[in-house]
Amino acid sequence: MRMRSLVKAGALLLAVSTSLAACGGDDGGVKEEAAAPKTLTYWASNQGPSLEADAEVLKPELARFEKETGIKVNVEVVPWSDLLNRILAATTSGKGPDVVNIGNTWSASLQATGAFVPFDDQLLAKVGGKERFLGPSLAATGAQGQPPTAVPIYGMTYGLIYNKKMFAEAGIEAPPKTWDELIATGKKLTKDGKWGLAVEGASVSENAHHAFIFGQQHGSELFDSSGKPQFDSDKQVAATKQFLDLMAVHKIVNPSNAEYANGTQAVQDFTSGKAGMLLWQSIASSAKAAGMSDEDYGVAPIPLPDPSQGGKQVNGMVAGINLAIFKHSESQDAAADFVTFMTSKQTQQNLNKAYGSLPTVTDAYDDPAFQSEHIKAFQQILATTAAPLPQVPEESQFETLVGTAMNQLFADVASGKPVTEEHIKAKLTEANEKMQAGS
Amino acid sequence: MVVSTTPRPGARRGARSPGGGPPRPGRRGLARVTALIPVRLRRLGLPYLLILPAILLELLIHLVPMLVGIAMSFLKLTQFFIRNWSAAPGAGLANYEIAVDFDSAVGRGLLHSFTVTVVFTLLAIGLSWLLGTTGAVLMQGSFRGRGLLRTLFLVPYALPAYAAVITWSFMFQRDSGMVNHVLVDQLGLADDRPFWLIGGNSFVALLVTYVWRTWPFAFLMLMAALQNIPSDLYEASAIDGAGWWKQLRSITLPMLRPVNQVLVLVLFLWTFNDFNTPYVLFGKSAPEEADLISIHIYQSSFVTWNFGSGSAMSVLLLLFLLLVTAVYLMATSRRRSHA
Repeated sequence: MRMRSLVKAGALLLAVSTSLAACGGDDGGVKEEAAAPKTLTYWASNQGPSLEADAEVLKPELARFEKETGIKVNVEVVPWSDLLNRILAATTSGKGPDVVNIGNTWSASLQATGAFVPFDDQLLAKVGGKERFLGPSLAATGAQGQPPTAVPIYGMTYGLIYNKKMFAEAGIEAPPKTWDELIATGKKLTKDGKWGLAVEGASVSENAHHAFIFGQQHGSELFDSSGKPQFDSDKQVAATKQFLDLMAVHKIVNPSNAEYANGTQAVQDFTSGKAGMLLWQSIASSAKAAGMSDEDYGVAPIPLPDPSQGGKQVNGMVAGINLAIFKHSESQDAAADFVTFMTSKQTQQNLNKAYGSLPTVTDAYDDPAFQSEHIKAFQQILATTAAPLPQVPEESQFETLVGTAMNQLFADVASGKPVTEEHIKAKLTEANEKMQAGS
Repeated sequence: MVVSTTPRPGARRGARSPGGGPPRPGRRGLARVTALIPVRLRRLGLPYLLILPAILLELLIHLVPMLVGIAMSFLKLTQFFIRNWSAAPGAGLANYEIAVDFDSAVGRGLLHSFTVTVVFTLLAIGLSWLLGTTGAVLMQGSFRGRGLLRTLFLVPYALPAYAAVITWSFMFQRDSGMVNHVLVDQLGLADDRPFWLIGGNSFVALLVTYVWRTWPFAFLMLMAALQNIPSDLYEASAIDGAGWWKQLRSITLPMLRPVNQVLVLVLFLWTFNDFNTPYVLFGKSAPEEADLISIHIYQSSFVTWNFGSGSAMSVLLLLFLLLVTAVYLMATSRRRSHA
């Protein structure tokens, strides 16, 4: 069945690329300069509440690009559940889009495939130079010491999002500053069928991100200096337990959250008032869709650990979207023009405003929209206490293996099994072994 | 039968064309070439020529990818090489060794998944067959509303897999699903709402969904087979004093045997390979208790980007299915020739 799906993917790609090639040919023939490429294909990631909404957001920008350069962009918004597979299929077959959005944590993994055009000094100069970009976002664009494999276009990180009304009703004045306070706050909120905090307990990527953030707080490194995985270190076990205990021990998370898998259910629990807190990236567009105004919720940093206990002062990961150019693209100059356009001040302001994310270039911040309370809170976290996931080729395997292990641990917690440190360690050791067998 | 009838139209056309309208020059040339081939060979060759496109397509669509898959299983095909497969270093039997090393996490996972799949397949076939047979036998006699019931029974089979299974996944949700609403809120069978999509119950959820989707196929096949049993057999046995149960055991079931033989094999191959149901029900990572082998292999290759290892597991699965099929066909055909 795997072979069959490969064939299917191949056939689909072939069909898509031939039809696109046909479109390109038509355009080129009609206009002047038949040799110059006039059409680009762009796969965008899903940033808003739906694929259609994203296409609407991108449309005026792409029209502006076509007006400025004469290059037409055919955009397809690809859902997150398919994006990595589609990129892998395009990489394997050498047929696919010219430009693509990638989750920035995949940068080093995709860099290792050699599928993308590296952003060397010349190419970086074209998009305005390295200095224009925010440091943390630029740190998540590929392995250290190599030219970036992509440039950041949307920036994001994790914050503690809280429902102001529920806080006021429970007599809580300020968002929690320590982990103990967070638990106490959660306990006050947990009553009458409402819960302190919502988690997406069966989402591989959410779980992997939290494994990383709390791992950093405990001083755990996922890969040692030689690149060997050490997912089952005592520190990582403690970090995992800290997160699972929100449901298992402190009981401030609804056990039902253990089956939330599609990446939207925890947010729905929050926006519908079923849970008072959320550890999440920007929820701006979902909150708006649910009729929640900016004043209804607040954004605070996830509590940092006590510095005296060691570990790192980290409470977020450098999340976001990067833009990459496929090496197989026959219009690499036009693709570079498009990347320049997408990282230009005006486009950065328009798109990040629409998605509630952070511009990745410093000059875009003079727009008052990026001075809002929420954006400033995220910006502060990203600039000071967010760490990038390890930029190693095995990163995507880490997400899959550890994320899956945590899915199973949440399932165990939810069904009432005692989840001890030994149990967590066994699960993480299994993930570690699978990682090594694959390398 | 095909061989004896097909040459006839050709022969007739050949006889007519000289006397008919003016033949085109190309056609005459072709006729000259074909005339060189002996008539016997032409007659024998025609059917093969006609199925040649189908054979070529079959090779292209099924056999070539299969061979590519087998070749991949001997490569160390990780993310570093997917862009250029030919650069991937050979892995020898390493991918297979890892897959069958039951002391390692990978081998243990595969063995566990294999066991789950065997149990799942046996139960799923058994239940689908039982429901299908029961349904078909009960629908055998004519009564009011039979057509309606037959149609109703076939609905799950007619629905697109994705739409059907995603509906089940909503129904199995713990807080807002219909299953728990009926079991807990209405019938009061449990105090605490059970989970269906995670933990031990996920196996039951998967089985229920799968049997619901599959039994109509068994029902359809057996219903068709029942039409072929002559009604005189029932009449004669009724005169001999056989009751309903005796008729079922001595006439219906033995007469259904050839159909059952194929039905069980097809169900086995489908079930063992099923990917859609667990994938739509659970997403990319199925709970351990319901970790069917196809989704396990998918996870091992696509999601961890280790295509060589995934291919090796696929080849092992293929060998296992071939072996079971061969043994099954030998056993059942021997039994038939003894009978």
